[in-house]
Amino acid sequence: MRLTRRHLLAALPALGAAGLGIGFVRMLHGLNQGHFDPRAINTPLTGQPVPGFPALPPLPDAPGLPGLTRENFQNIKKPVLLSVWASWCLPCVEEIPFLRQLAASLASDATPLELWGLCYKDQPARAAHWLEQAGHPFTRLGMDQDGQGAIDWGVTGVPEAFLIMPDPQAGGRIVWHGTGALTETIYQTQIIPHLEAKP
Amino acid sequence: MAFLTTFFCPEGGHFALALACALAFMQGVLPLIGLRRADSPLTALARPLALSQCLALLFAWVCLIMASLGDDFSLKLIAETSAINKPWAYKIAGLWGNHEGSLLLWVTLLSLWCAGLALLPGQSTTRPEKLPDRLRARILALLGLVGAGFQLFCLTTSNPFLRLWPVPADGMGMNPLLQDPGLAVHPPLLYSGYVGFAVPFAFAISALLEGKADTLWARYMRPWVISAWALLTLGITLGSWWSYSVLGWGGYWFWDPVENAALIPWLTGTALLHSVLVVEKRNLLQGWCLLLALATFAFSLSGTFLVRSGILNSVHAFANDPARGLFILGLLGLYGGGSLLLFAIRAPSLASSQSGFAPLSREGALLLNNILLCTLCAVVLTGTLYPPFMQLLLGRTLSVGKPFFDATTIPLTLPLLAVMGASMALPWRQARTDRLIPRLAPALLVTAGNILPAFWLFSTPLAAFAALLALWVISSALLDLIFRLYALPEGNRQLHRLPRSLWAASLAHIGVGVTILGLCGMAGSQERLIEAKPGTHTTLAGRDWELTALTPHHGPNYEAVEAHLTIRQHDAHGPLLAELEPQIRLFPQQGQKTLHVAILHRPLEDLYAALGSVKEEHDPQGQSHYSAILRLHENPLASWIWLGGIIMALGGGLHLLPSRRRLMHSARKARS
Amino acid sequence: MRLLLALCLLLLTITPCLAVDTPDEMLPDPALEQKAQQIGQQLRCLVCQNESIEESSAPLARDLRHIVRQQLQQGRSATEIETWMTQRYGEFIRLRPGFSPATALLWLMPLLSLMVALLLVRRLWQRSAPPPTPLTQEERRTLNSMLKKD
Repeated sequence: MRLTRRHLLAALPALGAAGLGIGFVRMLHGLNQGHFDPRAINTPLTGQPVPGFPALPPLPDAPGLPGLTRENFQNIKKPVLLSVWASWCLPCVEEIPFLRQLAASLASDATPLELWGLCYKDQPARAAHWLEQAGHPFTRLGMDQDGQGAIDWGVTGVPEAFLIMPDPQAGGRIVWHGTGALTETIYQTQIIPHLEAKP
Repeated sequence: MAFLTTFFCPEGGHFALALACALAFMQGVLPLIGLRRADSPLTALARPLALSQCLALLFAWVCLIMASLGDDFSLKLIAETSAINKPWAYKIAGLWGNHEGSLLLWVTLLSLWCAGLALLPGQSTTRPEKLPDRLRARILALLGLVGAGFQLFCLTTSNPFLRLWPVPADGMGMNPLLQDPGLAVHPPLLYSGYVGFAVPFAFAISALLEGKADTLWARYMRPWVISAWALLTLGITLGSWWSYSVLGWGGYWFWDPVENAALIPWLTGTALLHSVLVVEKRNLLQGWCLLLALATFAFSLSGTFLVRSGILNSVHAFANDPARGLFILGLLGLYGGGSLLLFAIRAPSLASSQSGFAPLSREGALLLNNILLCTLCAVVLTGTLYPPFMQLLLGRTLSVGKPFFDATTIPLTLPLLAVMGASMALPWRQARTDRLIPRLAPALLVTAGNILPAFWLFSTPLAAFAALLALWVISSALLDLIFRLYALPEGNRQLHRLPRSLWAASLAHIGVGVTILGLCGMAGSQERLIEAKPGTHTTLAGRDWELTALTPHHGPNYEAVEAHLTIRQHDAHGPLLAELEPQIRLFPQQGQKTLHVAILHRPLEDLYAALGSVKEEHDPQGQSHYSAILRLHENPLASWIWLGGIIMALGGGLHLLPSRRRLMHSARKARS
Repeated sequence: MRLLLALCLLLLTITPCLAVDTPDEMLPDPALEQKAQQIGQQLRCLVCQNESIEESSAPLARDLRHIVRQQLQQGRSATEIETWMTQRYGEFIRLRPGFSPATALLWLMPLLSLMVALLLVRRLWQRSAPPPTPLTQEERRTLNSMLKKD
């Protein structure tokens, strides 16, 4: 049989379908493994300097817990894990035991990072009450009551978390961004590598 | 009654489903063996097997419906989607509003198509135009193979008859949005269209196996293409009408992946409908026509099932289960990929005629129509699949939405309309310009005469231009009928003596024109969002809209607030035009709120009102006052969008009616 | 599962969202409001995805609608607002992706498809045989005699 242009043309649809099929198989595989999410919004901030955002005031009656501004990131010595949360959010409740555990280990060890919080669209009284009950893990907490600060960070929902590396020129650089409740597994597999990669 | 429930018990249904699967498999294998060995008893099994498979599946449905009506919450499907206080009609219609039930519907509709094929009269000396028995057996066998695969899928991963333990006292209820008459009929229609394209698919496979796709083959296949196309058209029309009248934001098409999944096979199906004509009349483009038949069914399959796998970011994705996803992909690979592979191997050796092909001819216009439709299809397909593939290949996320599709599909639709208007007047083989110009002149004059009114009436120049093209399509289809009438011999100049196929084509084209006019009108829709207390007047589109009262309303399984709106012509003292009563409904069982919009359809516009929310305020005396947030729309020509869809489908239906000559023939035979 | 997303999926399956929840969100100037709606229709809601921020009733969409209107009042152009949004949420927020090497195939698809079709059709026309040549005198005579015999 001689291969002609006709053969090539007739084979094109099958080849196209095969390409699509392989793509679909890989997507399904990715869906099951959790590394393909059609609803994911990859924030463009990863790899970028900390964005400008309005200064976020501290909780009114929490003396040991200062607020959050852009300048705070300027001279950080240690990496910062910024957690975006709210007291009205169920997954944030699920996340808190891990954060507390993390904070405890940070206090005792040669601390590899600091834990800061951004409280999204929450009433100060409720947030304060909640922190009291949960035993707050943060060393800084900014109250973002109208949600404008979170928009500057490209936050689409709570909880979310950012890992910021010290970078005096850029004023801190975002190296990792995660959506959903933070867990031990995510910390071990996604955050630790960044901390260890630090020279 | 007790006997009935025992007889039609879920286990009976489960058994019937398994039996149907086995029958489908036999229907797929035995006739093929028979055909190969020229062994006619095995070949003749195709018809009885198809009928019994259909009966088994219908039995399964009766069992499922009995369980649902009897509130048998020991069935997982019913516990998850039904509830005691659900209206009984939705206890039935709700069965296909979920993955398992809709899959059972899919296979049942396929078996109904098979039964239709098996029951229709076969070829005989008096009916030479009907399907020959051997071809029918082969097609039934191929359809049996398709059905067997999906019934196996249904049985192994998506069985609607699975039991649940412990048995809940009440079901979880159904998504209230789906409790709508439109949505009860929408899936069966849409699915019959999707599944119907399995028949042309089987015709194409059979042609590839035999190595022959000729005029006769096209003539046998054409009615099946038309019927599937008409049903798909109706299904899409109904779906769009549902989103307009139920979702409550006045839109009718959102370019959601699930909508695109229906549009893609419709586009290729429409192309197939036209290219099969070229094969029938001119014995040209066979390969292309075969490819379209295969692709349309492959797209129907992918459309129905990929949207559920969770790959596409659609609101409609059903709960995804990895086993299901892989099984679906396996079936898609087997049927879609397998058939395209067969095409790659066999199509080059198909006999093709070397006859002439003039650009200015009926076939030339049909070819141009195919090019434009397939380009449209390519655009919609790329737009739908681009985001997941970008993410897979480059790890980047992006969105492709309505603004993109509007920007790309409109410039392709306009030339399509222009060709459509001219195509009916073009003769086969070669058109002569000196004859063509007088044929087209009246329609051109009608269109040209309306340029000023169009630009005056429609809101944007683009809408006016598209409306003119729609007018061109409609007027040329109508005038073509008149020309054909005058071409008849003097004594026979009656409209009903024109060939039915001509009527059908004209009607379908008029339907397209009507839909386009509706879309152009909707481009100028006006809306207003108001916060109103009872007694407030608002002016919109030269009417006075008054909110007269807000009242509570009790439904069978929901609580509602109803707004009473009075619309008067011109101003508050004008003649009464309409009273609209939109509601906001709360379904306590699901904790879900739905909008029940009120629409007054008038010939030239829709008056549309949705009640967004109701606020309660207390004055210093402690009295509560209510105010409502209302969204009011005036949508010009809105109902024309769906009217056009119905006209298109009617055109298809008309084509399927037995011909006049056939009717007269049988009448004469009855008399003698 | 994040809360907003979960809420969307649970309560708003098939999205019965009602856009612009309160009239006071709207700008007093109708021309500017229309421009705001046009911009909003180009931006995808990040919570109830498959809707534009104009259509979605998610709180984040409301905030973004508000920002669009605020920036319009400050005299910013549509392009500036879109850039502001993409800086924060990436290309994902644009329902009409911008033209770039990565989206070239998407935008050029109609042209590409038409070009391929024209190439194929050109082959078809080239292949097509010329129309039949007129009969010669002799052929015509034979034909006539055969017709007469019938």
